[in-house]
Amino acid sequence: MTSTEEQPGSTAPAGAPAPAPRRDRSGRLWQLLALPGLAWLAVFFVVPLYLVLAIVFGRLDPLFRTPVPVWNPLQWDTSVFVDVLRETFTPGGLFGAALVRTVVYVLVASTLCVLIAFPIAYYAARLAGRRRGLLLALLIAPFWISYMMRMLAWVNLLAREGLVNRVISLDGLLDVRPNWLSGNALVVVLGLVYGYVPYMIVPLYAGLDRLPQSVLEAARDLGAGRASSFWRVTLPMCRPTIVAGVLLTCLPMLGDYFTNDLLSASPGTSMVGNLINTTVLTPGQTGAAGAYVTIVFVIALIPMVYYVRSVSREDVART
Amino acid sequence: MSALIRWWHDPWRKPRILGAVTVAYLLWSLLPVLVAVLFSFNSSRSRTDFQGFSMRWYWGDDTRSVWADDSLHAALLQTLKLGLVTTLVTIPLGVAFAIGMDRWRGRLPQSANGVMLLSFVIPETLLAVALLFLVTTIVLPFTLGTTAQVVGLVTFQISYPAVIVRARLATIGREYEEAAMDLGASPAGALRRVVLPMLTPAILASTVLVFADVIDDFVLVRYLSGASATEPVTVKIYQSARAAPTPALNAMASLLLLAALLAVVAGYLIHRRLTRADPTQEDRGIGAFAAEL
Repeated sequence: MTSTEEQPGSTAPAGAPAPAPRRDRSGRLWQLLALPGLAWLAVFFVVPLYLVLAIVFGRLDPLFRTPVPVWNPLQWDTSVFVDVLRETFTPGGLFGAALVRTVVYVLVASTLCVLIAFPIAYYAARLAGRRRGLLLALLIAPFWISYMMRMLAWVNLLAREGLVNRVISLDGLLDVRPNWLSGNALVVVLGLVYGYVPYMIVPLYAGLDRLPQSVLEAARDLGAGRASSFWRVTLPMCRPTIVAGVLLTCLPMLGDYFTNDLLSASPGTSMVGNLINTTVLTPGQTGAAGAYVTIVFVIALIPMVYYVRSVSREDVART
Repeated sequence: MSALIRWWHDPWRKPRILGAVTVAYLLWSLLPVLVAVLFSFNSSRSRTDFQGFSMRWYWGDDTRSVWADDSLHAALLQTLKLGLVTTLVTIPLGVAFAIGMDRWRGRLPQSANGVMLLSFVIPETLLAVALLFLVTTIVLPFTLGTTAQVVGLVTFQISYPAVIVRARLATIGREYEEAAMDLGASPAGALRRVVLPMLTPAILASTVLVFADVIDDFVLVRYLSGASATEPVTVKIYQSARAAPTPALNAMASLLLLAALLAVVAGYLIHRRLTRADPTQEDRGIGAFAAEL
């Protein structure tokens, strides 16, 4: 941020008609506006993320067993991180197993999300007609219904004496009362789908809504049937939106531990988020928690950077 | 059978199948929540067997209703407090950031924009742990509690107004502002009298979005709460959902739902008033409001 003073108008848009002094002054204005947000993100976003590294590679206070961050990378002690990595790759390791489980759950859940979200977004964006406004309102409703409330609703329904068991046992006629809420991987995955599918529907809706009608009509005019115009025109044109939707649902799932805690609460289904959550709250385990966070961050970095780059490219294309 | 085949091949047929899928999805998506709300009005303690309508769990019960149980209504107040304070800090910060970033050319703003987008998509748990480390290992002017929660929420939410306002700025373009400046307005004057009024719908939409998202937040507020006095509704739900809670928990969650609903409806109504004169957004109703999001 020390370079803020040197930046004004250095690469102003070509052909900007404003005279130089005014542009200079307005350049200062834009910097001044951006500065508080910039400083906020630096102090409360960039620094904390670096602090995680400083703690993972830092030392423990010999007396209180509390972590002492080491800011200088040259003095970093890699032993905790190496231990965690070794534990991750030994078969039967807790974190390694959770990592594999997380990847599988997230892949299955986001595939289901796409399969559920696409037809609904398509219907809402292109076929709903006059009821589109109402439908859209209902589709975005889960956004402002608290995630915890939605999970609580399922905990109630799936409880031993809950409505789901009452329905499948025909109100007590049959003696089938499966215990849904402990260690059932399917329930966890469906819980993730239930929780995150709205985050897929809304971007898909926006993408499908933006599709130029003329291109689709051209495909039909040129002889493509309903199916082939969908496969060869609609779907390829939607690909960027589908990718964005998948990223926006996958990334929060990677850190999710509460869905699992509420719908399963069994170590048999724990994901990496659960391990982070339990270690971070255990005294003396701070270094290990930081190492888990670092590993998940590195894994999440690929989709995150992909997202940031695709959005930035859109920005450049627009300006 | 042949009628069915003819129906299938009819190019003008109504999209019944997709319509049915959509209705089924909506039932799956919303019915469980409605059932949970319904049971908050149950007159008995059960959350699965409805025995009659009562307001017992809201204020009737002397010890366990939301009104009587200190920990429950404290949680509700904490949630609303976090929602209001975070929104008040986030919106000006994010809007100014978006405008500044949109006009300021160079390498630094470009990478800052990347960092902002990163804060938009980072898994919340990772950010929450990082901020927990920050507050517990570094000497700051504040400790775990409401301030730390607000700081964390602002960090996580600042990208919403920034992204929404930047998108709106891109569609507005620079023409109006340049016209104002040609007519003698200063850059700051053009910003205040031309650009900001045009941004108002986007700012409003992001206000509603941030408020609704903050009162739903769980991960950050839990790690940064420090003591049970600053635990909001979502944390209370998480802690007691599996521990045989009374319908008072459903009642508290329903009140939270009501708060979010009021915020969204208020936002929608104000948005409709604001865009009434805007020919680009003619009669798109709630769709236009949702499109801002």
